[in-house]
Amino acid sequence: MQTTFSGRVWKFGDDVSTDHIIAGRYLTSTDPKVLAEHAMENVDPAFVKKVKPGDVIVAATNFGCGSSREQAPVALKAAGISCVVANTFARIFYRNSINIGFPVVECPGLHEKVKDGDTVTVDLAAGHIVLPSGETMPFHPLPPNILEILNAGGLVPKLRADLAARTPASP
Amino acid sequence: MPAHTMAEKILAHSSRQPSVQPGQIVDGYVDLLYMHEMLALALKPFDEIGVKRIWDPSKCVVTIDHWVPPPTPEVARMHQAIREFCWAQGISRFHDVGDHGIIHQLVVERGYVHPGELVIGCDSHTNMAGAMGAFAAGIGATETAAVMATGKLWLKVPETIDVRVHGKLAERTVAKDVILKVIQTTGDDGAAYKAVEFHGDTIQAFPMNERFTLSNMTTEMGAKAGMIPSDATTKRYLEAVGAKDAYRALDADPGAVYVKTYDLDVDGMGPQVACPNNPANVKPVGEVAGAKIDMAFLGSCTNARIEDLRAAAELMKGEKVASRVRMIVTPASQAIYRQALKEGLAEIFLEAGATFTSSTCGPCFGGHMGVLAPKEVCISSTNRNYPGRMGSPEAQVYLGSPYTVAASALYGQITDPREV
Repeated sequence: MQTTFSGRVWKFGDDVSTDHIIAGRYLTSTDPKVLAEHAMENVDPAFVKKVKPGDVIVAATNFGCGSSREQAPVALKAAGISCVVANTFARIFYRNSINIGFPVVECPGLHEKVKDGDTVTVDLAAGHIVLPSGETMPFHPLPPNILEILNAGGLVPKLRADLAARTPASP
Repeated sequence: MPAHTMAEKILAHSSRQPSVQPGQIVDGYVDLLYMHEMLALALKPFDEIGVKRIWDPSKCVVTIDHWVPPPTPEVARMHQAIREFCWAQGISRFHDVGDHGIIHQLVVERGYVHPGELVIGCDSHTNMAGAMGAFAAGIGATETAAVMATGKLWLKVPETIDVRVHGKLAERTVAKDVILKVIQTTGDDGAAYKAVEFHGDTIQAFPMNERFTLSNMTTEMGAKAGMIPSDATTKRYLEAVGAKDAYRALDADPGAVYVKTYDLDVDGMGPQVACPNNPANVKPVGEVAGAKIDMAFLGSCTNARIEDLRAAAELMKGEKVASRVRMIVTPASQAIYRQALKEGLAEIFLEAGATFTSSTCGPCFGGHMGVLAPKEVCISSTNRNYPGRMGSPEAQVYLGSPYTVAASALYGQITDPREV
């Protein structure tokens, strides 16, 4: 899978909840396109119109707190966001993102170093982020089991591959 | 033998290892997987994984709770897909409309959750089941599909925070007020990635319904799990719900290592309220008393058990909900609904001018059955008040106990229930 993401920064603060990311009233839809139309609506109703494919969300602490709704990372991914970088994440949002093959990176301090519209490059393999000034910020590499899921494109392709490896070919 | 926390003990057992350490990544074998409408979203990934049968239907519980009864054809189709799947897969513990309840309440009141188990639910408030002395954590739809296929999931053994609560609460002050105080102390991410254990004489004295409220809102501390040691109270509860044999005493070892310990003295503490727009924005009720409300909601997995309804009814008997205020009472399960009818509580609410609905998560997550308009203000017995949680992002939600919700409904403004 792709391991380098370059995009414009959209900054958000602390405690961006799943209610901000995708409101409960839209959860009756399972269509990523419909969910994408309402991504971040509770924070900035025009967000989806302004986002370009590849853009990066840079948040402060506790991004994705609240509900277990997987529609939250699905909505952001379908809206064109390539990757979310935050000081910290809420745990279910983090797991959901990895499971759908949506990269999320903990890089405490990036939020203070960038502004809206900056272009940053997130390099998952190298484990650093390149700022507009050329400065690089390292982040803790993802644990191997998580990287494996991301590399497979998500938990479903990972399990499919695992099962295929275990099942002997039919005679 | 090194000393271990409850989370370490349960995860060692669930991963079939003699012991585990915080930070270690283990494969946890699931004792109970429970699901609501999110199952409908897990069907496609389950199908794509390519396993035809779920790993063990006898370890699954399914109900329908978020949109009951279904408000749109899309939701009705979701419910239909869930029904068809449960029947085809032989999930006998499928509780359909009429037999339903909010899943966290349903699994405890039916005796499905036991001390020492690894319990996984497809909802953030799965933490509630930790009050039974289980390790209970929430996951999303894709991972739910993976657990259905394999019966296991990877878990990073969390560090544990010990929350010790001491003292006797003031009158009409309950577990909701305690957990709001705890969340204020830790912040809404104070337990992120971590497990929480509760100890202390205040906790020991709490009956199960109060313990459920505590564990339930460890989610609002960001916790992975919120556990309460199992004891004589847990044992009596299990006996009452027909799961007597599943009891075992479980607590952390003396000398277990905690990443942080909070000592909270709640002696004489009165009711607390979380103000808009964060569950950690907590103040004593007196500081916000007088704030006008448009709606009072008594519902959700957090606080709509029979004891919560009794508390509200105690204040509302023979009284009327204030003019220009509407009150919605939604029991946490149909079993509670029936009990409320038997005890005459439903009549008290209806006579007071409140509505009394069948069980659903509905208003709590802004789904249906009582969502808020822009600028409206609500006092709610629920768990979260982030912008847009209960409807319009411009609505304002205060969180409080069932007593505080009932007292506020009667006066049309946030009211200290001790003054009613």
